[in-house]
Amino acid sequence: MGIIKALKLGFEYLKYDDDGNPASSHRAVDDVNIDIEPGEFIAVLGHNGSGKSTLAKHMNALLLPTEGTIWIDGTDTKTEPELWKLRQKAGMVFQNPDNQIIASVVEEDVGFGPENLGLPTEKIWKRVDESLKKTGMTAYRSHSPNRLSGGQKQRVAIAGVMAMRPRCIVLDEPTAMLDPVGRREVLDAVLELNRQEGVTVILITHYMEEVVRADRVFVMDNGSVALTGTPREVFAQVDRLKELRLDVPQVTLLGHELFKAGLDVPEGILFMDELADAVSSLAGSKETARDNNVRNGDTDTGTIPGTYSDTDTGMIPGAYSETDLKADTVSMASGSEVSQQKNGILKLSGVNYVYSPGTSFEVKALEDINLDIPEGQFIGIIGHTGSGKSTLIQHLNALIRPTSGRITYKGEDVWDDKYDRKALRSEIGLVFQYPEHQLFENDVLSDVCFGPMNQGLTREEAEKEAKKALLQVGFKEKRFLDSPFELSGGQKKRVAIAGVLAMNPKILILDEPTAGLDPHGRDEILERISLLHKERGITVILVSHSMEDIAKYAERLIVMNEGKVVYDDTPPRVFRHYEELEKMGLSAPQITYIMNTLRKKGMDVDVTAGTVEEAKKEILSALERTRIHIAKGTGGDTE
Amino acid sequence: MIRDITVGQYYPADSVLHRLDPRTKIFGTLLFIISLFLFHSVPGYILAGVFLGVVIALSKIPVKFIFKGLKAIFVILLFTAFFNMIFTPGEVVFKVWVIKVTKEGLILAGRMAVRLVFLVIGSSLMTLTTTPNQLTDGLERSLRPLNKIHVPVHEISMMMSIALRFIPILLEETDKIMKAQIARGADFEKGNIIQKAKNMIPLLVPLFISAFRRANDLAMAMEARCYHGGDQRTQMKPLKYHRRDAAAYIIILVYFAAAVLSRVFGI
Repeated sequence: MGIIKALKLGFEYLKYDDDGNPASSHRAVDDVNIDIEPGEFIAVLGHNGSGKSTLAKHMNALLLPTEGTIWIDGTDTKTEPELWKLRQKAGMVFQNPDNQIIASVVEEDVGFGPENLGLPTEKIWKRVDESLKKTGMTAYRSHSPNRLSGGQKQRVAIAGVMAMRPRCIVLDEPTAMLDPVGRREVLDAVLELNRQEGVTVILITHYMEEVVRADRVFVMDNGSVALTGTPREVFAQVDRLKELRLDVPQVTLLGHELFKAGLDVPEGILFMDELADAVSSLAGSKETARDNNVRNGDTDTGTIPGTYSDTDTGMIPGAYSETDLKADTVSMASGSEVSQQKNGILKLSGVNYVYSPGTSFEVKALEDINLDIPEGQFIGIIGHTGSGKSTLIQHLNALIRPTSGRITYKGEDVWDDKYDRKALRSEIGLVFQYPEHQLFENDVLSDVCFGPMNQGLTREEAEKEAKKALLQVGFKEKRFLDSPFELSGGQKKRVAIAGVLAMNPKILILDEPTAGLDPHGRDEILERISLLHKERGITVILVSHSMEDIAKYAERLIVMNEGKVVYDDTPPRVFRHYEELEKMGLSAPQITYIMNTLRKKGMDVDVTAGTVEEAKKEILSALERTRIHIAKGTGGDTE
Repeated sequence: MIRDITVGQYYPADSVLHRLDPRTKIFGTLLFIISLFLFHSVPGYILAGVFLGVVIALSKIPVKFIFKGLKAIFVILLFTAFFNMIFTPGEVVFKVWVIKVTKEGLILAGRMAVRLVFLVIGSSLMTLTTTPNQLTDGLERSLRPLNKIHVPVHEISMMMSIALRFIPILLEETDKIMKAQIARGADFEKGNIIQKAKNMIPLLVPLFISAFRRANDLAMAMEARCYHGGDQRTQMKPLKYHRRDAAAYIIILVYFAAAVLSRVFGI
């Protein structure tokens, strides 16, 4: 028997009515049979509400099955009177880093578990030292957890579990609230424990990239295990995964698309080099392609704007025509690059912001920011945590007053004494991160009405706006009178976004609107936002950690680092600096790497392709060109 | 904005006072506060002042930092002083309209002010030199005898330390929700008291929900890490008395004896 074994495991949540009688039940886990061997690295995938968290809680006896049996290290959880003894064997790390750290000093928190086990003081210290070392947190041992980054906090939580010397560690979406750097940090720590210490790891996640290094993958749906196998086996079933509201890594998807297009590429490709090898071998003669490459090398910069002019001019005038903008703006837009436009309605010039000036905590959050934001653009802002992007967006609707510099909207200084900043805030809507945390009304409709009514509308007028906004974010009319707290995470986010949208903003700023959603929920929200941009013609400013999302939707990308704007250009142009981006703790979309690798391997592809669709077209046409070359015998000195 | 408020702050430094056992500091602070109410005369207050001065010097905390803590009680101080001045009957010193300021009132006001200031400085010295965790540990140990009469001392101190850990997190959260609602056109400043209270609903409801969610998460995380009450629980940093604690006890007791004597002999 493995370290964790479940047989016909089932769990039902009961909902109680006002009198305390069970009113309805929800089967969260249904007939799960698994057997996990010691030392395995298991990844569990599944959309929100698929029952993966409930399953995880059975693995350390936080929940006891209502049906079937689960054994932890050979012990049936229903027969053990002292459950904490089982929990020592299977430690658990949760999603929210703040809500699982108990002590106010890192080392004391790591010591919390051993203290509960009743170990003598010297042993506690030994274990704390060990665990901190294993997770690389020794340097922070006397810090307060409040001053750590998300990734560091999660490493503290892992150290706290390790100090109990568990045989198995269950991580329930440990990276969902982290930025890419933190994610990598946590994943590396987990892998290290698995490889070096032989700890069994069960990792629940939404991020497909984290799954590729697992030994086995379980995909949950409707409370049961729908798919299982090695990452390669599971990812080979792209269409099935899509049905399960999941996606696959970009590299796997591209491989799949090329396969569908009739290319001889294997399914279930996990790594970029694999794909690059497969594609470049199809290209046949490497010499030919490399010749082309060298020949085109200098004209590179010339061809790229050309390639993009289709999308650029195609999108912007379309967006502008919706709003009644003056003709000169349009001519400007089509005339030159997007980011070079000079008649933005929102302008920042020389903006600086310093937190807690004059104290020892003084931090320069923004340094000399100059931005022009015209109407109708879709702008992406990217930067790691602490780069100043949150501070920046709060400046945009006058929630924060700059330490120095000027912010003007339609030519007026927003910090002028007589300026109506309340009115400004309804022109520039800001949706904060985790907007669902600000819902407060009894029903969805009233909550969305809050904004419009603050603008001075009557209830009827506000309801009209609210309904319009709710429908636009794809919220079903029959649920308008439901309590916002009973909704799923994705629906709550829609309501919260509608709450800002109902105020009819000219500019809509969204701070990581997809955090915590599963891939399907993420795509839905982003599609809605993109639709709003097209239909309403409003300017959208999207703050995101995901380069893939930015590449897909944004026409302009602003990269923040250490309080400064480092890049402000079209996404493909920014992604060309992928090496510099990496130095800032960011990365370009996987596609960019694939295309660059292909190019290095001698294929004549345009490296600026930003989405899977573009990359597919680019690769296919590059292959086509090679074939023609070969057929004509033009470049075929090796053939 | 709201993050600038600092409650019971700890000032990290390496001083004798920081190294003292929290129990010593709790006991010492208690005796010092009692002594303030024992003293009745100017020499007494001078003694208390000198004692406090020496302790501040020992603590290595900048004096400016300590006095910053007084700002918070300044209003209360003015308030009590004012009412003491006008409501104490006795020899009238001067009179403005119907308000009479008496000599006794002035003396009482002065005395209360000195006591209050000393009290606040004394107790903030304790919190400034003791980490919240040490403080709760110290309280838990000092109050352990109460366990016999079924006071859940361990649970209370656990709650205290968790509350202390979550204060900054909840303050930050308040700040965030407030900004989010302001972005939706909420106004937390306008209107009379009833309207203001009503305006707080969009802030308070999400805040409470978030606090409950956090409490739920935390309880689960604690259980997952084998927490099962205070029984059989050991400590990573058990409290231990050192020689310096004995010295501190002697000094504070001598000081307290002086206070008692001054009261008895009415100096």
